[in-house]
Amino acid sequence: MAELSYRDAVSRGIAQEMRRDPNLVFLGEDVAAAGGVFKTTVGLLDEFGPIRVRDTPISEQAILGAAAGAAMTGVPVIAEIMFSDFLAVCFDLVANEIAKLRYMTDGQVSLPIVIRTANGAGSRFGAQHSQSVENWCMMIPGLKVVAPSTPEDVIGLMAASVRDPDPVVFFEHKSLMATKATIPDGEIVDELGKARTLRAGTDITIVALALMVPRAMAAADRLAEQGISAEVIDLRTLVPLDTRTILHSVERTGRLATVEENPRLCGWGAEIASLVAHEAFWNLDAPIVRITTPHIPLPAANNLEDATIPSVDKIVDTIVSEWA
Amino acid sequence: MSPEPRQILAPDGTRHGESSLEIPAIRRLYQAMLSARVFDRKASAMQRQGRLATYSPFEGQEACQIGSAAALSPQDWVVGSYRDGGAMWLHGYTWRNLLLGRTGDERGGRTPDGVRVLPPSITVGGHMIHAVGLGWGERLQGSDGVALTLFGDGATSEGDFHEAMNFAAVFETPTVFFCQNNGWAISMPTERQTRSETIAHKAVAYGMEGVRVDGNDLLAVYEAATAAVAKARRGDGPTLIEAITFRVGPHTTADDPGRYRSEGIVAEWRERDPLERVRRYLVAQDAWDEAWQREIEEAESRAIEDIVADAEALPAFTPREIFDGMYAEPTAQLREQRAEAERG
Repeated sequence: MAELSYRDAVSRGIAQEMRRDPNLVFLGEDVAAAGGVFKTTVGLLDEFGPIRVRDTPISEQAILGAAAGAAMTGVPVIAEIMFSDFLAVCFDLVANEIAKLRYMTDGQVSLPIVIRTANGAGSRFGAQHSQSVENWCMMIPGLKVVAPSTPEDVIGLMAASVRDPDPVVFFEHKSLMATKATIPDGEIVDELGKARTLRAGTDITIVALALMVPRAMAAADRLAEQGISAEVIDLRTLVPLDTRTILHSVERTGRLATVEENPRLCGWGAEIASLVAHEAFWNLDAPIVRITTPHIPLPAANNLEDATIPSVDKIVDTIVSEWA
Repeated sequence: MSPEPRQILAPDGTRHGESSLEIPAIRRLYQAMLSARVFDRKASAMQRQGRLATYSPFEGQEACQIGSAAALSPQDWVVGSYRDGGAMWLHGYTWRNLLLGRTGDERGGRTPDGVRVLPPSITVGGHMIHAVGLGWGERLQGSDGVALTLFGDGATSEGDFHEAMNFAAVFETPTVFFCQNNGWAISMPTERQTRSETIAHKAVAYGMEGVRVDGNDLLAVYEAATAAVAKARRGDGPTLIEAITFRVGPHTTADDPGRYRSEGIVAEWRERDPLERVRRYLVAQDAWDEAWQREIEEAESRAIEDIVADAEALPAFTPREIFDGMYAEPTAQLREQRAEAERG
């Protein structure tokens, strides 16, 4: 057992998989000598050397294209896109190439690629470096989408992503980097497509992802003080989506709130709201509530960013005000 | 760098340079160019008859495609665009693959076992970067495999070209960038595509060798490609080859080139036809006669007709197969959607 930060869990997760599979390589901007701009890849160059841990030119398209090509020769690849916002500069590779090559070869070609990227707000990086863009990837057929909220999940889901034969976009949340937890020694391997119920409750199901998970947990404590028993589910992966855990919970609680950092329109919570409205309609006792960032670019100013992203207060107030 | 493209065979078939190809090999490659032309014309005709979706003919570019792919070994890769069926075919992708692809059947993208050819790239230029990764992947595994990527002059204006060229040079990947400068990116002539003196000059900026070759000269293309492949295989990095050629037909079967270029230019280039040039050389070498020409024309036509019949007899691709190609294992949601699609 050891206490480990989310940040250090990233390098431990990558190292675990690179030790296990000597063919696995890792490339990205400033990932080797510098140890990553978020210091998530410190020590990997020393342990695995410059052929397997490779700094690249500032070329997001080429990073993913090189990953795709190498993967097609049978080399599994972890590719880092420094900020998730930069997926936009290489989205042809993400959406049109990596996501579709298996389909376009009638299932012949496998692309064992993990695209790791730093996602989310809290660092005051503004409109082009602080977005939550997990919904961009969720809507592309052929990708899997993962967003862990704890150090242990970082390691376990990293392992599951690397071992998956299909491309996975792996969102690491910038504002969770410093969070710590005690985690077991030895290999940690998890499974994609499994949500986790973090807190049992009877009155409402709150579904959250990444940074919104600890906020939903804190909100549940506050709601309990007001006599509302909230069940909190950490989705952990958006694709595949663990619909069973969500539906079973709503069938018991009769209410659903989603807490999303992505902007409102076409955020992942809309998909879950649609699912629950269709599959658990007769179990619902109240309208579904979506608590999201508004449909605006993220401001960089402290007060404005704080006012924009769902806070514990916002989650509690919204749920209470909708309670009738 | 000389802006004058290297040439071994003049348009009249006279040879004024050394070629490593002996006459029997040249006859084989001539027959391959003929097969490519027969297929290309058949595919265009089938599109007109409503039997294929949009098709991008490569007539006029056969020397580029056959000459470049002939320089490869089986462990090498070919990554081409929608106009590069000739090179893909010579490296083992089948005409059947190409026909199925053009009917929208994804089985067209499944190559025969061991054949290292990716399906034609429909996005302009996205595949150049794959060739960088394929070469890198080969190197990582200790193989000396090389990746040849074919693209047009228009693709050099894409950002992908810059990133692929730069990355290949920095990583010293075994990649051969083969640009078929056919004069036109749909309606846009090359002089409005780039202000570089030539496309080969762009290599200089990446610290890469750039080579300019007559793309309608089979022997010159073969020598340039062979040198670039050998260099890549030795570990001496990538090369950019600019082959000067001409697309005799439309951009695609949905295009009318009469709107943007004159018949005079087309007639001029027909005089420089890549097949005719080799034929004239073979005649001069006493290695061609009409009986052989008829024999190979008939053989290639029959072969293409058989392939068309075989491809058209294949039972239609089903919705179920679409779902099966999405992931190694379909997700639970996809299984539900597959069942929904099968219920109709």
